[in-house]
Amino acid sequence: MIDADPPLALLAELTHRCPLGCPYCSNPLTLERSSAELDTASWGRVMTEAAELGVLQVHFSGGEPLARRDLVEIVADAAAAGLYGNLITSGIGLDRTRMMALKHAGLEHVQLSIQDADPAVGDRVAHRTGAQIEKRRAAGLVREAGLPLTVNAVVHRQNLSRLEEMIALAVELGAERLEVAHVQYYGWALRNRAALLPSRDQLAAATATVEAARARLAGQLVIDYVVPDYYAHRPKACMGGWARRFLNVTPAGRVLPCHAAETLPGLKFPTVSEASLSEIWYGSPAFARFRGTDWMPEPCRSCDRREIDWGGCRCQAFALTGDAARTDPACALSPDHALLIEAREEAATASLDFVYRSFAAAASAEV
Amino acid sequence: MSELDGGAVLRFPPHVKFRFDERRQAWIVLAPERLLLPDEQAVEILKLVDGARTIDRIIDDLAGRFDAPNAEIAGDVLAMLRDLLDKKVLQQ
Repeated sequence: MIDADPPLALLAELTHRCPLGCPYCSNPLTLERSSAELDTASWGRVMTEAAELGVLQVHFSGGEPLARRDLVEIVADAAAAGLYGNLITSGIGLDRTRMMALKHAGLEHVQLSIQDADPAVGDRVAHRTGAQIEKRRAAGLVREAGLPLTVNAVVHRQNLSRLEEMIALAVELGAERLEVAHVQYYGWALRNRAALLPSRDQLAAATATVEAARARLAGQLVIDYVVPDYYAHRPKACMGGWARRFLNVTPAGRVLPCHAAETLPGLKFPTVSEASLSEIWYGSPAFARFRGTDWMPEPCRSCDRREIDWGGCRCQAFALTGDAARTDPACALSPDHALLIEAREEAATASLDFVYRSFAAAASAEV
Repeated sequence: MSELDGGAVLRFPPHVKFRFDERRQAWIVLAPERLLLPDEQAVEILKLVDGARTIDRIIDDLAGRFDAPNAEIAGDVLAMLRDLLDKKVLQQ
């Protein structure tokens, strides 16, 4: 058994219900129905157990967390436990009363997604007419409540030409931070990869735009930049290493080391009704499976970066190669690296049509 | 990089928490999209950021306590505080 430090953060996926249908959603293709969701008291207990375990920050996510009628109570339970609460939202369904209730419940920060700077394209990606208008309103409510606002812009082949306008939109909305995040290809995003993956030229232009904006807006807007795996030479240190820093609890209460881990076969992840978060973090064989470096194959095992990138991402290794214990193909040293090159070539000529995230599409994906 | 001189007074913005974590027996900074585990030297600097002391006073205090020349300490302190200002973990 490898000694583990306590986790730093909890991703609480309160629900898979969502008013949007973004084709790059990181939720699994199999979505949980509302009838399977944990109740209010169980989420409250999760917050207490997380704080006792050493978690410092909780990210309320989903789906759309505002779809939970008891969100304010869950946020209050987290704050009472001493956790720093961050709401990750589309903004749809936020009104002034709810915003103030969340603030008074102890919420510290809001991360609001935008799909594009062009409202028509944004609504097409979100699969909801008027979404952009609702998001603008939500940003105003966050600022009015005096909470810090981060705008999250997921970028891809179909909106990168408007990155400059998205940066301007974040400034206009009063954001203090902007996260420019290239799509990560899991779940629905992997399904839609060919319609989303940018070209190398697009990526280079985006990187230059971000660097120029950082210099221009220093002191005004902080820009975080998440680059895509598909043009990398070395993999990202996914989640800072398997079961090293983060915990995820799904809408149904299953406890995972990351939001995509449920896709991996042969691993049994306990639920919060079966064991405490502490028992799971320190005792679950599934959490221990890829923790540290002992599980690693070559070329990771002898690599001098093995404790920097931790072998990359287990879920990406499984999704692309069928074996979660292989080196992440994002690494140029992986024997499977050609899979990424093939995906780039496929995307260059692929259709721009999306399979939207929905319960109906999820049902058909299972068949 | 943010402009910063010795006469500036810094503070933690609302919703940035600098506190001692009993579980880890260590000082931590909780901020929007950030979680910092400052090293001992950074902790000593951050403990003096109170919205009242100027940066020059912070440097004097540290130089006195650690018996080091002001100029040597000033470079480290200013570099760290500028970085945290840029990240919006501190504000003027």
